[in-house]
Amino acid sequence: MSLLLADAVTKRFAGITALDNVSIDVEADEIVGLIGPNGAGKTTFFNCLLGLLKPDGGEITFDGRDLTRVPTHRRARLGIGRTFQRIELFTGMTPREHLLVAERARRGTGALWKDVIGRGRPTAEEQERAEATLTLLGLMPVADRKVEALSLGIGRLVEVGRALMTEPSLLLLDEPSSGLDRNETSLLASTLREVQRERKMAILLVEHDVDFVRSLVSRVFVLDFGTLIAAGTTHDVFADAAVRRAYLGEMV
Amino acid sequence: MQELISAVIRGVPIGCVYALVALGFVLTYKTSGVFNLAFGAQAFVSAAVYYVLRIRHGWPIWAAFVIAVVLLGPLLGLLLDRALFRYLRTAPTVAKLVTSLGLLVAVPGIVSLLLNFGNSPAYGPTGIMYHGDVAYHFGSYALQRDQIATIVVTLLAAIGLTAIFRFTAIGLRMRAVVESPRMTELAGVNADRVGAVSWMLSSFFAGLAGVLLAPLFPQLSSENYFLLIVAAIAAAAFASLTSLPMAFLGGLLLGIVNQILTVKLPTDSILAQGLRPSLPFVALFLLLVLWPGLKNRREVTDPLAGVDPPPPGFAADERSVALTRATHVFGALVALGFTWWILTQADSFWLALFTQAVVFSVIFLSITVINGMAGQISLCQATFAAIGALATAQLANNFGMSVLATMVIGAVLAAAVGALLALPALRLGGIFLALATLAFALFFENVMVKFSWVSGGRVPPTVPRPVIGSINFNSDKNFFLLSVVVLAIVSVVVIFVRSGTTGRYLDALRSSEVAASSIGINPARARITAFALSAGIAGLGGGLLAIQEKFANYQADFSVVFGLFWVVLVVSIGARTVEGAIQGGFGLKIFPELILLRLLHVSSTWQFIVFGLGAIAYAKNPEGTLEAGKRKSLNFIQRLLDKRAGRASPDDQPVATLDLPPTEPASAVGSEA
Repeated sequence: MSLLLADAVTKRFAGITALDNVSIDVEADEIVGLIGPNGAGKTTFFNCLLGLLKPDGGEITFDGRDLTRVPTHRRARLGIGRTFQRIELFTGMTPREHLLVAERARRGTGALWKDVIGRGRPTAEEQERAEATLTLLGLMPVADRKVEALSLGIGRLVEVGRALMTEPSLLLLDEPSSGLDRNETSLLASTLREVQRERKMAILLVEHDVDFVRSLVSRVFVLDFGTLIAAGTTHDVFADAAVRRAYLGEMV
Repeated sequence: MQELISAVIRGVPIGCVYALVALGFVLTYKTSGVFNLAFGAQAFVSAAVYYVLRIRHGWPIWAAFVIAVVLLGPLLGLLLDRALFRYLRTAPTVAKLVTSLGLLVAVPGIVSLLLNFGNSPAYGPTGIMYHGDVAYHFGSYALQRDQIATIVVTLLAAIGLTAIFRFTAIGLRMRAVVESPRMTELAGVNADRVGAVSWMLSSFFAGLAGVLLAPLFPQLSSENYFLLIVAAIAAAAFASLTSLPMAFLGGLLLGIVNQILTVKLPTDSILAQGLRPSLPFVALFLLLVLWPGLKNRREVTDPLAGVDPPPPGFAADERSVALTRATHVFGALVALGFTWWILTQADSFWLALFTQAVVFSVIFLSITVINGMAGQISLCQATFAAIGALATAQLANNFGMSVLATMVIGAVLAAAVGALLALPALRLGGIFLALATLAFALFFENVMVKFSWVSGGRVPPTVPRPVIGSINFNSDKNFFLLSVVVLAIVSVVVIFVRSGTTGRYLDALRSSEVAASSIGINPARARITAFALSAGIAGLGGGLLAIQEKFANYQADFSVVFGLFWVVLVVSIGARTVEGAIQGGFGLKIFPELILLRLLHVSSTWQFIVFGLGAIAYAKNPEGTLEAGKRKSLNFIQRLLDKRAGRASPDDQPVATLDLPPTEPASAVGSEA
C-alpha cells in the first residue's frame, strides 16, 4: 500500500478549478517529484496535503488513514514533515534551538507544570539527538548562531533539520531550491540524498528547477493548469512530448 | 407592534451618536492603521476647549467652534502624527494600539490640568445649537435641536467620507499608506505628508464628534467619552473596521436594539438590569467571535516588511558569562539590602507602600507572560486580578476558609476564566483579541460587579490577614516578607516557563505560526496555556493585594481604566523581562509618592501624564525603555572590557557561511521569517 495516496483531489477557487482530479501516490522510502510551471497548482496541492486548504473533492490518505479531518499540527505527529517555499524560521533562535523545539514537539512531553518546576529545559538525550541531525546536515559550525545571521541556503537546511526532528515518514519539500544559487542548490541536493539514505523516509519534492529534480527523484508527476498531464519514471516523463511542450518547451 | 415601531424611531437619535463615533473609528483605522482607543480623548480635547470658550468666556458659537474644532482638531492630529505615529507607520498593529492607550491615559490628564477641570468641573456642556435642548414634537415623538444636529452631521459625514474614499485621489493614497507606506513611497507618493493629512482629518472628525456629543453628558469628563467610544466599537467591528456605510448602519442598529430592549424587557428583571447596560460589550464580544468579516482575519502585513532588520534578542543574552554573574550578584545584593532597609528603617507608611509595590510587581508579571511571551495584548488583566481578589474575600468570608487557601483558589479561578475567555477569542489575533478582552473587562465591570455575591455590593468585602502557626501576618513586616517571597516564586516560575517548553513554543508561534504547526505545535493550546497562566498570576496578585489592603475593593483597585494604565506602564518599561514588571510595580507605587508629591509637590494626576507619555518613548523603543537602557549600558561595559583585553568587538565577526560564499544579504533568512 502506498504511504501517501491522493485520490482525485479537486480544489476550486471562485470559478477557477485550481486542481482537477489530481491523483498522486508516494511509496515508502522513495523520492518523488511534482513539477509544473508557475500557476500549475503545485502549491495549492501542497496546501491540501497539509490541511491548510480543504479540497472540494477527492480523498487524501496517509499510511492508510484518511487525512481530510486531521488538523495541520496533528499531521506532523502522524509523520508528515515539511519545509517552506518562502522560508519560515523562528527569529531569534539558533539552528540548535530550532531542532530542540521540534524534538520537544515530537515527544509531546512539554507540560506546563514541568516548566513551572524548572524541568522544561532540553534533556541530555534531546541535545544528543539534535546534535546528530545537525552533524548529518553539516550545520554544526553554525549551530549556535541566530538564524537571522545565516544565508538563505543554510536556512533551508535548518528547515530540513527541523522537519527531520519530527521523524517524518514523508518529507514534503516546497520548492526547496527557490532563491538558492547553483552552489547552494547542489549542496542541498547532495545533503538530501545523504539524509534519505541515513534516515529512510519518502520525500515529495515540489519544484520547478528541472535539473534539481532530475538529480534526485525516481518518479515524477507533472501538473499543468490544475490537471496531471504526465506521471511515471523520470526518464519516461522527460521524454514525453506533451511534457516537453507544456513545460520544458523553451528549455529543450 | 406599535410599541416596537416607536422603539425603533426612538432608537435613531442615540443610534446616530454611536454611528458618528463608529464612523470616526473606521476613519482613523482606514487612514492610519491605528485602532485608536484615544479617539475619545481627542474628542474630549475639542469638547473641553469648546466648553471653556463658550461657557466660561462666553464666546459666540461659531468662534468657539472654529477654534476648538476647525483649528484645534487638525492641529492635534498633526502633532500626534509628527510626535508619535510617524515612527509607528510600519510598526505592528499592537504597538500602535499601546501607543494610543498611552494617549488615552495621558491626554485627559493634561487637559484637566491645563483647563483646571480638577477644581472647577465642567458641568452642563452645550452643543453647537442655540438652545440645544429645545424639542420639536412630531406626533408622540420629540427631537431636541442638538439631536437633530447630530443626525444631520452623521448623515453628511457618512456620505461625505464615503465619497472621499471612493472618488478622490487623497482617499486612495491614505488607504495605500496604511497598507504599505514604503510601497506607496516607491510609487512616488510622499507617505509622510499623506499620513499627516490622515491624522488631521480623523482628529478634526474626533473634535467634531466631541463637541456634538457633549450635551449628552451632565458633566464633561474623559471617562464618559471613553465609555461612549467603547460602546461604538461594536458598530465599528460590525463594519469589519473598514466599511463606512456599514459602520453607520451598525451604529443605528445598536441604538435601535438598545431601545427595543428597554421596551421589551421587564424593568425590574435581572436581564434588564444586566443586559441593557452591557449590550454594547456583549454585542462587541459576540461580533468579534462570530462575525464572518472578522473571523480568521489576519492583519495586513506590509509586503515590504522584509527590509526591516529582525527584532533584537534580549540584551542579557549578549553579555559574557562573567558579566552575567556579576549582574546577578549585584541584583541580589540590591534586593537584599533593600529588604533589610524596609524591615529596619521604613515607617509604617512606606512599609505599606513598598508592600504594594511588590504586590503590583506580581500582578504585572502577568503582563510579562501574555505580552512579553505570547505577544498578545490583553486589556483585562485588572479584571483577572479583581476575580482573584473578590474570590479571596468572598470564599474566606462565606465559607470560613483560610485566606491563603482562598488566594490560591482565586488564582485558579482567574486562570480558568482566562482559559475560557481565550477559547473563543483564539482565532482573533492582535487588536481583535485586545478588543475582545476589553469587551470582557467592561462586561465584568458593568454587569458582574453589580451583583453583591461578586463584589459585596456597596461596601467592599473585608479580607482577614492569614496566621500560620506562630507567624502572624497582621504584622505588616511579616506580610511584606510574604509578598517578597510570593514575588520571588512567581518571578522564578515566569523565568522557568520562558526558557521551558511553553516559552519556546510561544516564541516559535510568534515568528511563524505555519512553521510551528508544521512540527506539531498546537497553536490554540499554547495560547490558551499562556492566557491561563497570565490570568492565574494576575489573580494571585489581586488576592495578595486584597489581603494587604484588608479589602477587596473593585472600584479603587481594579477598574478597567486602571487596567489599561497598567498595560501602558509595563509595556513601555519592558514587558519581556521580569525586571520590567518589577520596575513597573515600583514605578506605579513609589514614583508618584516620592517624586511627584514629595519632591516636586505636584498633583498625582501627573503620574498618568508621565507614564502615558511613556508611550512616546515606547514608540521609539518597542522593546521597552528598560531593554533599550540595558543595551546601551551593556555596549558601554563591553567596549570597556574589550578595550582592556584588546579584542575586536563581536560585530566585526564575519557571517557564517559553511563552505559556501555568502550569496544572500545577512538578514535574508530572518527578514522573510
